[in-house]
Amino acid sequence: MTVNDIKNILKAQVLCEGESLDNQVHTACGSDMMSDVLAFVKDQSVLLTGLVNSQVVRTAEMMDMVCIVFVRGKQPDQTIVDLAQERGIAVLTTPYRMFTACGLLYENGLKGGCDI
Amino acid sequence: MAENIKLEYIVPGDDFTRAGEASSEVKSMLKKLGLSSSVVRKVAIAMYEGEINMVIHGGGGKINVEISPEKVDMILADQGPGIPNIDLAMQEGWSTAPDEVRNLGFGAGMGLPNMKKYSDEMKIESQVGKGTTVYMTVLVS
Repeated sequence: MTVNDIKNILKAQVLCEGESLDNQVHTACGSDMMSDVLAFVKDQSVLLTGLVNSQVVRTAEMMDMVCIVFVRGKQPDQTIVDLAQERGIAVLTTPYRMFTACGLLYENGLKGGCDI
Repeated sequence: MAENIKLEYIVPGDDFTRAGEASSEVKSMLKKLGLSSSVVRKVAIAMYEGEINMVIHGGGGKINVEISPEKVDMILADQGPGIPNIDLAMQEGWSTAPDEVRNLGFGAGMGLPNMKKYSDEMKIESQVGKGTTVYMTVLVS
């Protein structure tokens, strides 16, 4: 799946393209707690969140993620978008709620990457 | 790398939006130096967690980083309230972060355990009322 596929599946608006909308992504995670993302996420390349602040971008950056999806139609301010673009991270916003957004992506083949 | 690279950052304690700038710069530098992606990520996460802690708990402080061909050393020093019980603070899920910090997405009690997980060596020195210094090392080879 590509970032562009995520855009289409989630009927999302692209706020910045990051490195490329054609970047391939294989796994994702959804969380509003950046502490947990830093502690539990391994090689996921997409972060879905309802939290809107600059530390979402910083967290994604430290984890080498390529795409952030803000759920529930949340609109980050321009400084957050600019920071993400500077770091090569695509930013999308989807009207879907967290559970539905994660479910739609999972249904379309994007996995969590954390088998137990 | 002819000589070790030494970097120093002042972390402001009152600006949450700027937390992570130092870690971001160090991450970019390590990538440019051609270190392996796993080493770069270990340093980035360990330092970022420490930097966030300095802002949340320590009222800001100073970070010194030394990069050598063998290892990356990080020293994070604040003059905050100190940690009364380091063993307790190291337990996953233990947090003294107030609700406003949790609302910002942090304070789950994973910071210090995560710093230990991502660094190869870690030592904490803390004195109540005086501050905390965290020493972390990530081995390059």
